[in-house]
Amino acid sequence: MSTSPATSSSLQTAGHSGPKKILVLGATSGIAEATCRIWAKQGARLFLVARNADKLAAVAADLKTRGASYVDTAAVDLDDTAQHPALLAHAVNSLTGMDVAYLAHGVLGDQPRAEQEFAHAAQILHTNFVAPVSLLTWLSNYCVQRHAGVLAVISSVAGDRGRKSNYLYGSSKAGLSAFLGGLRNRVDREGVTVLTIKPGPVRTAMTSAMKGSEKFADVNKVAQSIAAAIDKRKDTLYVPFQWQPILFVIRNIPERVFKKLNL
Amino acid sequence: MPETNSVQAPTPTLEVPFESWGRYPTYPARMIPLNWQTDFPAALAGLHNGALPVGMGRSYGDVCLLKGGNLLLTTGMDRLLHFDTETGILTAEAGVTLAQILDFAVPRGFFLPVTPGTKYVTLGGAIANDIHGKNHHVAGTFGAHVTEFELVRSDGSRRICSPTENLDFYAATIGGLGLTGVITWAKLRMKPIVSRGIDYEGIQFHGIDEFLDLTRQSEHIEYTVSWIDCASTGKNFARGVFMQGDHSKVPAELKPSPEPKLVFPFDAPGFALNHATVSLFNTAFFHKQLKPRVVALQDYEPFFYPLDKVLHWNRMYGKNGLLQFQYAIPWESAREGTIAILQEVAKSGLASFLAVLKAFGDVPSPGMMSFPQPGITLALDFPIKADKSFPLFERLADMTRDFGGKLYPAKDAAMTAAQYQTFYPQWEQFARYRDPMLTSSFWERVTGDRPTL
Repeated sequence: MSTSPATSSSLQTAGHSGPKKILVLGATSGIAEATCRIWAKQGARLFLVARNADKLAAVAADLKTRGASYVDTAAVDLDDTAQHPALLAHAVNSLTGMDVAYLAHGVLGDQPRAEQEFAHAAQILHTNFVAPVSLLTWLSNYCVQRHAGVLAVISSVAGDRGRKSNYLYGSSKAGLSAFLGGLRNRVDREGVTVLTIKPGPVRTAMTSAMKGSEKFADVNKVAQSIAAAIDKRKDTLYVPFQWQPILFVIRNIPERVFKKLNL
Repeated sequence: MPETNSVQAPTPTLEVPFESWGRYPTYPARMIPLNWQTDFPAALAGLHNGALPVGMGRSYGDVCLLKGGNLLLTTGMDRLLHFDTETGILTAEAGVTLAQILDFAVPRGFFLPVTPGTKYVTLGGAIANDIHGKNHHVAGTFGAHVTEFELVRSDGSRRICSPTENLDFYAATIGGLGLTGVITWAKLRMKPIVSRGIDYEGIQFHGIDEFLDLTRQSEHIEYTVSWIDCASTGKNFARGVFMQGDHSKVPAELKPSPEPKLVFPFDAPGFALNHATVSLFNTAFFHKQLKPRVVALQDYEPFFYPLDKVLHWNRMYGKNGLLQFQYAIPWESAREGTIAILQEVAKSGLASFLAVLKAFGDVPSPGMMSFPQPGITLALDFPIKADKSFPLFERLADMTRDFGGKLYPAKDAAMTAAQYQTFYPQWEQFARYRDPMLTSSFWERVTGDRPTL
């Protein structure tokens, strides 16, 4: 997709120069951590949010060591939407502003279980859809007020078409992608960029031992693409890029054929 | 399926073959990633048949294998926790590789205190094998520069180990082949550099006596190592190239290293390596250095890691894999033993591409089970030929024993239990520090111990 011509390619549009100020939600996920290492090397200011305090401390120490000029953290369960406004206000205050908000949290969930137990299905939808909507409501209003900012959100290629093997996860991401499209339509004219990131399978530390994982995308390359897409203020990023034509084909398979496929 | 910030413990996966660098033997094992310092021992709940922490799998034989057991993959624990630019002490998680450490440290003007011939090994693996480098004669082993680490045991206990705290576990873990527990993080004393360059000198030598003369003359040079032609006999017997270098003292830009590009793409056919091709290679290598003495300023990458440029160079040895054989023989019999073993190798007609000769110095290792000892070390690698290689290895191991030497577990897939127990008589004392849940195919082979999990 094309970059938005109305906005500068520089992130320093908020009337300041100096290190990027980046809020990362779900900072202990493999993709987020790899992306943060790129920003740390550039001397960014980072505010990291994740659920587990021990993991968060290790990630924060790593990013500080690698060159981040400032790292602050909050160990928060992002499922608790009631906490979002206070958390986000605190984060922006700690960073002394915000150029980028990077939403990387989510759960894969257990599809067979979600088919039997609505509570589990609702949990997946809550974590992957409801909680991001809550965060982005606050964040988009913050950015609109300042006429600046990038909201970069990890959705998934799985949201492009529901498949029997993971349609709960997929539909939560489909909802998120649709929300991001609408949000972009609303805030673009206000100088705010919304980036929808659609990764395919990624080889991270967590999936490195999975069968066939050698064919997955390298997490550091995925992170480089994401950091570059944020700098270029892109709208949508399929990563690796080959997924864009693949998903074009998958989206266009007629339903009468698609429903017979084992995907 | 994208990475998520999920709460599940690391997922055990199907049994997959995990290859060591020698690609012999290969055993199926269940791979369990340890991505966080808190993953062990919880990740092992409900599993059986023992476990072994592993990193990049650059050991040659079976020290990084556990047949039918659980391999705890540590490479996800790759965080740099702190770097003190005053003291040069880097605190890092154990799964970080030496390549990642160099990428971080070199642009900041620091270098590894000790490095092996590949940078694709983890910090934890470097400690567990107490690796050595071309500066052993002045710097000792890797473990001598590890000032502190955390060791987690399968009972959930966590220990800070250093020369002043839990010294017994510190000594058992350095060179302890990953059997004493899981190292989560370690502190490594780095050393300052001002340039990527190495002031290199290569000198041709003819025979072991010339090698020993050069070794004596170069005691003050930081890095020394020799390549030796072990295919030639007669007047060319034990000819080689003595390579030495120091970090350049002329300040220069400290750029990061480029990514490796070449990948050895396929398993070479078995006939590719035979006595004729290896003789040709060795002759070519000897004469690549056209003059008896060459002086150059060389980047540290080709100086330390000539083979890392070609990822998966081990495929050059074909599907059967390769075996390394590395001994350390003490000075009393080092000359005699080296000549005898080189003669035995030449006589066998089995080819060794890369024969590396080096003198070990007398800087003691803190490790109880460490391999290096003052004297001569020789490393040979051979493609595996079932009928010939193993009988040769057994003869060479017996000769090593008779000359008072020992073999390097990180390079071994062949020594017998009796040979091992002669080489490492302190093994029973060491066994008291082994974590009851941790074992390896190597350990089972050389001690008969079974996993107790």
